[in-house]
Amino acid sequence: MLNTKSTATKAWDGLISQKVATLPPSGIRKFFDLLSSVEDVISLSIGEPDFITPWHIRESATYSLEKGYTMYTSNSGMPELRQELARYLELRYGVSYHPEHEILITTSSSEGLDLALRAIINPGDEIIIPDPCYVAYPADIILAGGVPIFVPTNEENNFVIRSTDIEARITKQTKAILIGYPSNPTGAVMTKEEADAIAALAKKHDLLVISDEIYARLIYGSEHICFPSLPGMKERTILVSGFSKSHAMTGWRIGYVTAERRFIQALTKIHQYTMLCAPTMAQMAAIEALRNGEAEVERMIQEYNGRRRLMVKRLNEIGLPCFKPKGAFYAFPSIKATGMNSEEFAEALLKEERVAVVPGTAFGSCGEGFVRCCYATSIPDIEEALRRMNRFIRKSGLNTS
Amino acid sequence: MKDIFEILEQNARATPEQISTMADKPVNEVEKLIRQAEKDGTILKYKTIINWLKLGKEDVWALIEVRVAPQRGVGFDAIAERIYQFPEVHSAYLVSGTYDLAIMVRGKNMQEISSFVAEKLAPLEQVQSTVTHFLLKRYKENGETFHLIKETNRRLPITL
Repeated sequence: MLNTKSTATKAWDGLISQKVATLPPSGIRKFFDLLSSVEDVISLSIGEPDFITPWHIRESATYSLEKGYTMYTSNSGMPELRQELARYLELRYGVSYHPEHEILITTSSSEGLDLALRAIINPGDEIIIPDPCYVAYPADIILAGGVPIFVPTNEENNFVIRSTDIEARITKQTKAILIGYPSNPTGAVMTKEEADAIAALAKKHDLLVISDEIYARLIYGSEHICFPSLPGMKERTILVSGFSKSHAMTGWRIGYVTAERRFIQALTKIHQYTMLCAPTMAQMAAIEALRNGEAEVERMIQEYNGRRRLMVKRLNEIGLPCFKPKGAFYAFPSIKATGMNSEEFAEALLKEERVAVVPGTAFGSCGEGFVRCCYATSIPDIEEALRRMNRFIRKSGLNTS
Repeated sequence: MKDIFEILEQNARATPEQISTMADKPVNEVEKLIRQAEKDGTILKYKTIINWLKLGKEDVWALIEVRVAPQRGVGFDAIAERIYQFPEVHSAYLVSGTYDLAIMVRGKNMQEISSFVAEKLAPLEQVQSTVTHFLLKRYKENGETFHLIKETNRRLPITL
């Protein structure tokens, strides 16, 4: 029995795995607590749509409950959903997956990403990721026993990971390149040339690509490059995506992974032991989303696009130069001219003007000097937030123009 | 061009500058289009949707089905015009089905609407019959819902 405080602490410490104990906590925990203590905050720090899931999708899920669809589904997900997905990906991106063998329905793309990494990583394998990137990438890699290798990106290369920078970091241990475009936090998208170069590199060095395309539908003025649709890439790409952003379904936790059979079999093995299947109600909702959701998706894209233009213009006007985001729902302005670092800026802005943004450093060290501003919020809130930010910058006596 | 009007339809108070940014069109072009639309009747009017219940003002509304006899040469239009010119008539539609005109009538009380039907509408020569439905509750109008307290934000204040 543990009866003294010191031994108790020591003993308990040992109970948590070293991997978890040493995993750095999310960079915004402190910020979250601070946020909860300030009232009347306009939050530009939310990473989800402000739309409620379209009614026809909610209604169809409700109906499925009424009809008693409350049991497990097959591990891979409902056949109808996989068929709809196969059709959708074929029509939209021209990439065909066999609904039975090459598609796995997951509990969100987060699970999909975790499965993909766990299925391919041997201890010490290196996975190349862009910096800055979505916070889960390095954490998931570490938890799977791998080593994240960061490749810096910046405004000059439009925050897109460059094949030459990747190549310089390839070692014998390199297993895969993990990319996520359109990007959270920068809003960057990949051009065809950039994608082709990475594809060529993957083939040359026999690497896998995990492509997180959760923001694929939120793209403005260009066509999304679906990575597995590139010639010869389907066989070495694991595509991870879901319905959260496209159909405003974050709380449903429903996503999917597509890849060649051998990968899907491996992922399914983990999925069947850890998750069994994605929630049935959410799968029913996803079927409806794919069958009849296009009009609502288009409406939301159009709405985001107007807000995007508004936010980027205002940010530039108030003296926070902003790289032009072409996808997702984030703007990633530079705050370097203020002389503050990202965390100082975010904290002072929150305390003084009650506007919440996320310090760029939460997404990697290359995020220093930037903050993430989400425009998935109402136009009056965007306008008011930018008024406050303008006042903040003027008040601080900083001449940024 | 369509998106300019879509933005205005959602928010009549959107400024040309705002619209210009959101639609990615030059301000002077937006202003010109709006002026022109106001002139040629594309934009009919800028109005506000008010929840009068909040102000304690309870108008009485009725949806009236009207069967009419169409007239040679003008069909339903002449009689429709005779009816919709009455200020009590808020909206008027020609519809398919078992009756011809659907009109929305607004009055201070039921008595006022009854009088309108009995004294003005029903006696019209072409009007064959009327069925009056008084509105009991408004749920949604012009795309806006009543009675619902605006959804408070359920999103977490910060997510990555």
